[in-house]
Amino acid sequence: MPGQKFGPAWFPGVIAIGLAACGGLLVFSGLRQASPWLRWPEWIGRRRPLLGVGGVVAGLLFYVFAADALGFHLTGVVLLTLWVRLLGGSWRVAVVVGVVATVAIHLSFYKLLRVPLPWGVFEQYAF
Amino acid sequence: MLFEALKLVFDPYVLWVIFASAAFGLFVGAVPGLTATMATALLVPVTFFMEPVPAIASIVTATAMAIFAGDIPSCLLRMPGTPASAAYTDEAYAMTLKGEGELALGAGLVFSVIGGLFGTAVLILAAPALAEVALKFSSFEYFWLVCLGLLSAVFIALSNPLKGIVSLLLGLLVSAVGLDNPAGFPRFTFGNAELAGGLTLIPIMIGMFAVSEIIRGVSRIDQPWVMAQAKIGNVFRGMWTLTKRYPGPVLRGSALGTAVGVLPGAGADIAAWMSYAVSKRFSREPEKFGTGHVEGIIEAGASNNSALAGAWVPALVFGIPGDSITAIVIGVLYIKGLNPGPSIFMNNAVSIYAIFMVFILADLLMLPLGIAAIKSAKQLLRAPREVLLPVILLFCIVGSFAINNSIFGVVLMLAFGLVAYLMEENGFPVAPAILGMVLGAMLEEHFIRAMIRADGDFLVFFERPIAGGLGAATIAVICVPLARRIFRTAA
Repeated sequence: MPGQKFGPAWFPGVIAIGLAACGGLLVFSGLRQASPWLRWPEWIGRRRPLLGVGGVVAGLLFYVFAADALGFHLTGVVLLTLWVRLLGGSWRVAVVVGVVATVAIHLSFYKLLRVPLPWGVFEQYAF
Repeated sequence: MLFEALKLVFDPYVLWVIFASAAFGLFVGAVPGLTATMATALLVPVTFFMEPVPAIASIVTATAMAIFAGDIPSCLLRMPGTPASAAYTDEAYAMTLKGEGELALGAGLVFSVIGGLFGTAVLILAAPALAEVALKFSSFEYFWLVCLGLLSAVFIALSNPLKGIVSLLLGLLVSAVGLDNPAGFPRFTFGNAELAGGLTLIPIMIGMFAVSEIIRGVSRIDQPWVMAQAKIGNVFRGMWTLTKRYPGPVLRGSALGTAVGVLPGAGADIAAWMSYAVSKRFSREPEKFGTGHVEGIIEAGASNNSALAGAWVPALVFGIPGDSITAIVIGVLYIKGLNPGPSIFMNNAVSIYAIFMVFILADLLMLPLGIAAIKSAKQLLRAPREVLLPVILLFCIVGSFAINNSIFGVVLMLAFGLVAYLMEENGFPVAPAILGMVLGAMLEEHFIRAMIRADGDFLVFFERPIAGGLGAATIAVICVPLARRIFRTAA
């Protein structure tokens, strides 16, 4: 704001200066140690952790984009089943966990705590 | 008033909540990869729908239990159940290998209770006294207090303060988003209505403390857990002898733990590391440390539980969190109308005294429930991770959604979960970032207010005696480590 010394831009400005300074120092110390630009985590080469981490992130993204259209219940069962399976559970365990945990969350959050979880494609059967 | 507070606590519903959160806390603490802070973040969406006293009681109980229960897998698996047990995990495991598993577990339990009670006593005595002083504070004092809090988070017990500062600044940046600033001017909103209200902290915390841990857990899913000892006998045997033999370490651990807890940004995990180091330094038998010696476990075990209660002192009196757990709790206090600040002891005295009673009750309950947890350790540690982690993740999704009933909460949770995972893997501590997010608005508001009163003259910030003292302390927190470093390189 004009004519005001400490306006809304002041605080982010200070943060920006600080980040630039610290970033510069970190780059400097990194160059001095001659460390590689990028190092992969040690688990990246192992199948189960790689699939698991990828599955967790992809699943969360899927929920963000699909939950409103498909509804919480369908998305929840599908995601849980796939996640358990990816992490090494059998299909039978995966399906049972998917259904039971989703129903438990439905009962506790939707029924008891009245969180309006989206129904999506099952809108007409909502209970 | 005490009677009214008693009535609030010994209500059947509240007692049920305390009992259930105790079981939840013991489970979360005992399973490696699930932390006390995560327990708090997961509890928030549930406490949303409770009365103030049970809501806070559930967090107090669950965290106290979780910090103790973290010792169980330390002894049996050589894996800390929570980061607060990491300092003495090797020691505890070495004791188990020597056949002294009962002694290690018993010491963890008994001295956790003693440390917790010590910290609670300090909280009950110090917080109201401090509030009396704090009633006279103006924006000048608050500005310096916030500075001191933010900086001590960066400079205390961090090997790389530079990364701590970056983390802190990122947290402050997050707090700057939205309309909620002294000028009421939209910042970093990009014309988006969700961003105009500022970033909601609870989904961010669920991301940073739960989702990041889940990612870490999943990345280690193929490493099996191996139990060192299956059968556990009487854990109370020898406890009285230990208490008589090590009264000094118990007291020192409790006192140091409480002090570290009170300091913003440093919580139970740093308290345990410091106390373990102090214990070794002043022990009559330092050569036994690391070979399965109980002394360090006693001191650090008392320390981490006392830090838990100590962290509530600045949280209640100033609204400045003493650790990551109270950083989340402060948000809950506001939601419940128990706004932290020195007047909380006048406006909400009954609720506050009820919360103090819950602290004592939780520590005492730890004895019988802790025994039960130790006895069922075998079952607890067999919890299948491939089922546990996905279920917690779905719970996180629903919890993040429930705060504003908006899918944007889930987006925040995922984004900050990934950021926190990457930060920790690269040596950037997340606690300063959390502190920055919680305190950013307060820092800016008090600075602007004080600047207007001072008419733009920064020297006025040092004119009032307490403000001057706090200002000097802030400068010392920055300068002393720097000077030490320069001195060390010069020498």
